[in-house]
Amino acid sequence: MHATDGGAFVKGCLTLAETLLEVKDLVKYFDVFQKGIVRRKRVGEVHAVDHVSFSVAKGETLALVGESGCGKTTTAKVILNLEPPTSGEVFFEGMDVYKTFSNGRADDKLKLRRSMQLVFQNPYSSLDPRMTVYDILEEPFRIHRHIPREQWKDKVYEALDLVTMEPYHAERYPHEFSGGQRQRIAIARALVLDPKLIIADEPVSSLDVSIRAQILNLMMDLQKRKGLSYVYISHDLSSVRQISHRVAVMYLGEIVELGYTDELYEKPLHPYTQALLSAVPIPDPTTKSKRIILPGEVPSPINPPPACRFHPRCPYAQEICRTVKPQFEDAGNGHMVACHFWKKFA
Amino acid sequence: MTVDNLQTYFFTEAGVVKAVDGISFKVKQGSIHGLVGESGSGKTVAALSVMRIVPRPGKIVGGRVVFDSTDLLSLKDQEMRKVRGNRIGMIFQDPISSLDPLFTIGSQLTEVLEQNKEVSKKEAKEEAIKLLEIVGIPEPEKRFNSYPHELSGGMKQRVAIARALIARPSLLFADEPTTNLDVTIQAQVLELLKDLKKNFDMTIVLITHDMGVIAETTEYVTVIYAGQISESADTRTIFLNPKHPYTESLLKAVPRLDKRRELVAIPGNVPNLIDPPSGCRFHPRCPYAIDICKEKVPLLEEAESGHFVACHRWRSFR
Repeated sequence: MHATDGGAFVKGCLTLAETLLEVKDLVKYFDVFQKGIVRRKRVGEVHAVDHVSFSVAKGETLALVGESGCGKTTTAKVILNLEPPTSGEVFFEGMDVYKTFSNGRADDKLKLRRSMQLVFQNPYSSLDPRMTVYDILEEPFRIHRHIPREQWKDKVYEALDLVTMEPYHAERYPHEFSGGQRQRIAIARALVLDPKLIIADEPVSSLDVSIRAQILNLMMDLQKRKGLSYVYISHDLSSVRQISHRVAVMYLGEIVELGYTDELYEKPLHPYTQALLSAVPIPDPTTKSKRIILPGEVPSPINPPPACRFHPRCPYAQEICRTVKPQFEDAGNGHMVACHFWKKFA
Repeated sequence: MTVDNLQTYFFTEAGVVKAVDGISFKVKQGSIHGLVGESGSGKTVAALSVMRIVPRPGKIVGGRVVFDSTDLLSLKDQEMRKVRGNRIGMIFQDPISSLDPLFTIGSQLTEVLEQNKEVSKKEAKEEAIKLLEIVGIPEPEKRFNSYPHELSGGMKQRVAIARALIARPSLLFADEPTTNLDVTIQAQVLELLKDLKKNFDMTIVLITHDMGVIAETTEYVTVIYAGQISESADTRTIFLNPKHPYTESLLKAVPRLDKRRELVAIPGNVPNLIDPPSGCRFHPRCPYAIDICKEKVPLLEEAESGHFVACHRWRSFR
């Protein structure tokens, strides 16, 4: 995907509602070094995120899906400026995130931080074991000090109530809670500052099956009540179908397909999306899915395959796939796909 | 294989954890049998108990495991050692930690053969390479001399499978063999398990929490909750006609790829097994619980031929 496609693509999303987050042509490479005696030698770079563009509207959930190492978490980190981008831009409500953090006003930085919050995968390591739940939820106010101290307490209990926990839980420590409850606390911590966007990185992956539904339902409920937007990062395509409005499929640092959830699941246009969807087992023995088994494994992102990165594993690959990079094209209704042969599947 | 009233307790400082508390089920020869349950339900401990490799402070305190008409629990340690690896194999959840990083793939494979069967080094090597090929490892001769860190997660799991299979056991325990793998690699590994069953007439006990994996790979399922069996039947029946409220709730709580629907969450949490709920262990989370569920432990009854359920109220459902 290149900068020129970004415009058409963003237009497609704008029809939904007001844009909250816009990611334009984002690139993140990590240098790879070889250890030397005198100095380290740079031997290559990991193409973690390669020219990725998408936008998230107010009140929308966009899912970033893909296999491990495809760059979904790095994308999230760069959006939040936890990692500086190699190139590209991220706009939040029209404000350039990277510029604001590198040389903007301190006020603006804090405001941006408050507007975008992160929920991590593992609630066993994301909560400080030495702090009570109350301290964990109050800490954001101590850092931001954007509202008078008298209001902190009310806000903390309000957040606890939002995630359906009891007031007496505030005095306890994280170890006294189960995984599902801890993830609620982590969500409450993200909510206390009234963010507009929550980036949730695999929020249910480490939870028990019977608990996942609780958290997914809670997230959908919070979205309705507070008009939140989510970037939902997951490799679990079943939960993605449940929670997201639109889905972006990533492969080796690139978005290969993006579209409305139901359309993308029912009519995937990219061979990778097709294979990914067909590989997920469905909990119903009466539906026998036709499984496309991909040969081999995801190649190394250090020297990704040229042209279409999926061609070495693609069952439909032709000569052109090895030589010409497919453009990110609009297949109608905001359904974008980067494949030379998508028309064959439409 | 028949497991009869198996009990494995962990004697910890905090108290006795009844991880497996009276589990009985039958695994039909030549089938893939699923053991499904959440973390801490005792499904892994059940498998470890059959293999008699329960880590301390765990102890098998009762029951019988009949395999090939011998009770494995009554065998001497030395005799059991012969069964392990030789007649019963096991694949663990985490291939990264189940392979020894200090030894080559080849030596870890041939070690099993040299322990269990009287074969020469050369024969062992040939057999190992043949097996690496069966489990779908490209360039098996080259990989024979590789170390585990040189392989990807999916490849390591294949090596772990090869190691479990090398002595050609007739029963294989696969404990969450695909949980750490990506979906496309998971699909490859599950296909491999199905092929093994077909080509080698192997019996496989597949332990997982993923109802999708169960639906697509197994023929029979046993549902475990808090160390006890809730329900056991053939896979179709479990999914289409579940009789236990836990099975039913679990099916309503899992998101599905093929459709968007209302998820009905199961309230509460998995109980603590030091002090499990009285009566039916699912009663605090059960939508149909009545007084008797709190007081009396339900027995595992045969509701229909081959369909076992442990619930006081199964007769009143549907």
